Amino acid sequence: MTPVAHHTQSELDDLKAKAPLLVLDGVTKTFPGVKALDDVSFEVRHGEVHALLGENGAGKSTLMKVLAGNHQAERGQVHLEGEAIRVANPLEAKKRGIVLIHQELSLVPEMTVAENIFLGSLPTTALGIVNWRTLFDRAGRILDQLGCRFAASDKVDRLSIANRQMVEIARALVFTPKVVVFDEPTASLTDAEKVVLFDIIERLKEQDVGIVYISHRMDEIFRLSDRITVLRDGQVSGTLKTAETTEDEVTRLMIGRSLEGRPAAAPGAIGEVALELKGLSCGDLFRDVSFSLRRGEVVGMYGLIGAGRTEIAETIFGLRTPDAGEIRVHGEVVQIASPPDAIRHGIALAPESRKEQGLVLGMSCRDNMSLAQLEGVSATGWLDRGAEQAIYDEYAERLALKSPSWRTPVVNLSGGNQQKVVLGKWLSTRPEILIVDEPTRGIDVGSKSEIHALIRRLAASGIAVLVISSEMPEVLGVSDRILALYHGRLAAEFDAASVTEDALVQAISGM
Amino acid sequence: MAKADAQAGRSSDRQRLISGENVRRILQTQGILIAFILFLVAFSLSSDRFASFDNVSTVFRQVSIIGTIALGVTIVVIGGNLDLSVGSLLSFTTVLVVDLHDKIGPTGAILVMFAAALAVGAVNGLLVGFARLNSLIVTLGMLSAIQGVTLIYTGGQNVDIVDQEGTWFTFFGRDFLLGIAVPTWIFLVLAVALHIVLTRTTFGRRVFAVGGNPTASAFSGVRRARVVFSTYLISAAATGCAALILGSRVMGSQNNVGQGYELLVLAGVILGGTSLLGGSGSIPKTVIGVLILGFIQNGLLLMGYPYYAQWLVTWVVIILAVWLDVASKRGRLFTTTS
Repeated sequence: MTPVAHHTQSELDDLKAKAPLLVLDGVTKTFPGVKALDDVSFEVRHGEVHALLGENGAGKSTLMKVLAGNHQAERGQVHLEGEAIRVANPLEAKKRGIVLIHQELSLVPEMTVAENIFLGSLPTTALGIVNWRTLFDRAGRILDQLGCRFAASDKVDRLSIANRQMVEIARALVFTPKVVVFDEPTASLTDAEKVVLFDIIERLKEQDVGIVYISHRMDEIFRLSDRITVLRDGQVSGTLKTAETTEDEVTRLMIGRSLEGRPAAAPGAIGEVALELKGLSCGDLFRDVSFSLRRGEVVGMYGLIGAGRTEIAETIFGLRTPDAGEIRVHGEVVQIASPPDAIRHGIALAPESRKEQGLVLGMSCRDNMSLAQLEGVSATGWLDRGAEQAIYDEYAERLALKSPSWRTPVVNLSGGNQQKVVLGKWLSTRPEILIVDEPTRGIDVGSKSEIHALIRRLAASGIAVLVISSEMPEVLGVSDRILALYHGRLAAEFDAASVTEDALVQAISGM
Repeated sequence: MAKADAQAGRSSDRQRLISGENVRRILQTQGILIAFILFLVAFSLSSDRFASFDNVSTVFRQVSIIGTIALGVTIVVIGGNLDLSVGSLLSFTTVLVVDLHDKIGPTGAILVMFAAALAVGAVNGLLVGFARLNSLIVTLGMLSAIQGVTLIYTGGQNVDIVDQEGTWFTFFGRDFLLGIAVPTWIFLVLAVALHIVLTRTTFGRRVFAVGGNPTASAFSGVRRARVVFSTYLISAAATGCAALILGSRVMGSQNNVGQGYELLVLAGVILGGTSLLGGSGSIPKTVIGVLILGFIQNGLLLMGYPYYAQWLVTWVVIILAVWLDVASKRGRLFTTTS
């Protein structure tokens, strides 16, 4: 685990100064019609965290897949510890010490932690039977090393998402890694869980492992990394020392321009109450929640994962049945038993998970966009393709959707464009109340600010918008008012213009 | 990446119909059709009789029963489920319509038979759609349940129609219209009707959505349970149509006449290229899939092979079809990490 144990510190420093751990030199990879990587050079040193940034489609995933052996570059070279290597497949990459920790977890939930860690290389006895004692011992040692608080014999399906990520990392450590690539590791972690992850990254650093850290979150990148490389359109647009740069400079390299500041609300545009909740409760999920949402207003709902934010949205949208309280739309009490009821009352919900809840991935952009209002485009039960096309054309234009054509399956679009399809689907129902749950999760900075500006424009056009988010800058940046949730209860309400970050953090952590 | 795609897409969308991109797309999406045509050419070259009108219309008539059932099953499969109960439902409905023919007359027999079929479809639909049980288990159970019901109904005896000359019931299985057999008409007319349902109605769109992603469909206001329920009604009704053909053709029925049909039907659906994962597929694909099955059987017989050779060849053809489909998406024949 500690390849450097025999060296003194000064020897080590010499070593580092001489040869970087991993060097990519002029790597080019083309797919039919697209140059995904164009002469990309990139290096990782021993014990360095090197952040890799870029908009969706900039080439980050392709670069990682070349490293991990999923793709073969047609030009350029990869050197590991000074030796030119060719990685034909992921297993070979792992054996050479290059491991990729995926965004999507790839564990077998029904198996124990130990089995998952050693999946594919289970220790066996002479008879070829699994040697359980060795398995649990070795797995236990790796878990200790990571400081995990669960046992090697626990079943994976009983672990939290963060702990599953730990198992994924433990799995990487079996191969004595030299380079570990983290692909958006914090996308589904809570703040407390992130701290544990960052701790582990620090420890890997101390063991002289080179780390490639892919993320969209600037705060993490600036906290963790030593250097930052930015990709744009398949090319390296710059490599910077983290200590000597600013978020603004990184953003400029990434999207080729600066982002505008907070999109201002049109003054005096806020109208009458569109949606009102009174004492709404649902089991253990949330209790006695009351608030109102006005036309032309953006209200942010902020809280930790599990605080009941998504559950409140789902209840308003008819996906859950409340056990107490009432929902009023334009002052009248309404019964919303199912999403079609909600849609009829002018409510739209762009859900938390784009791929699982928001889109039928194999369907075309156009068909996804019209899915929430098939009655709207055809009262008789016959599809009106002209009307569907009109919806697609209008919202693709309004949202600046980048898609090869209307018939492109949404699975082929980048995250930001997928989110635009989801938004298009809901905007085309002409909602009066729009709920967006984590509208920019996993989306690059450029598309993010576009979506924020869009939310402000929608409010300015008279829609009441509820934005659910676990990112404080997002809530602060886009909202007029902020609701803080703690353990299923509304802890506090703030005016977004005057609230401090401290006050918000205290409110959502029950202080 | 997205930018380049967007530009290429816009210009080729309508103007350049014969661009390289379109040719590739056609090869990818219509691979089975091309294979089918090559297949027909090969058989025509090896046998003079193969391409004759008589032979082709015989094949159509032969596949009409399996084909008619397969049309309904295609819709269930696109909706993300399976229907394995169709084989024994065919036995039951055929026995029912034949047995009741002499007891209450052809019209009554047909009405009762369709009512029974729809009742079975409704039970499947309630359990899979509303109770959200696994469709494999529900319909596999239904397969044996209906077998039991059929045996109880017949007491193990075969049934037949006594006066085979004096009834118009022969129409569905034995008559010809404009030189084409009525079973073929039933198969093709139902195919056109269901194709229109799938591609031109909001219901059809919902079937694709529910099969493609049930959760996202629910979040979009699609009532999944109702859609799934309806797909099972359609499947059962299509099986009823097949029973009409079979009963009328034979004018009698064994109580296990449909045994094994569920797998043949599924073979046709898969061969056509409808994904068992749901969310994609089409009626024309299934028609082609079923015709391939029929022509394999016919071609092999004409070439003098025993009829059971078709099972082996069918298996090979299905594996090849599925493999080529997967390989064309993956870009290689085998996975890298095997």
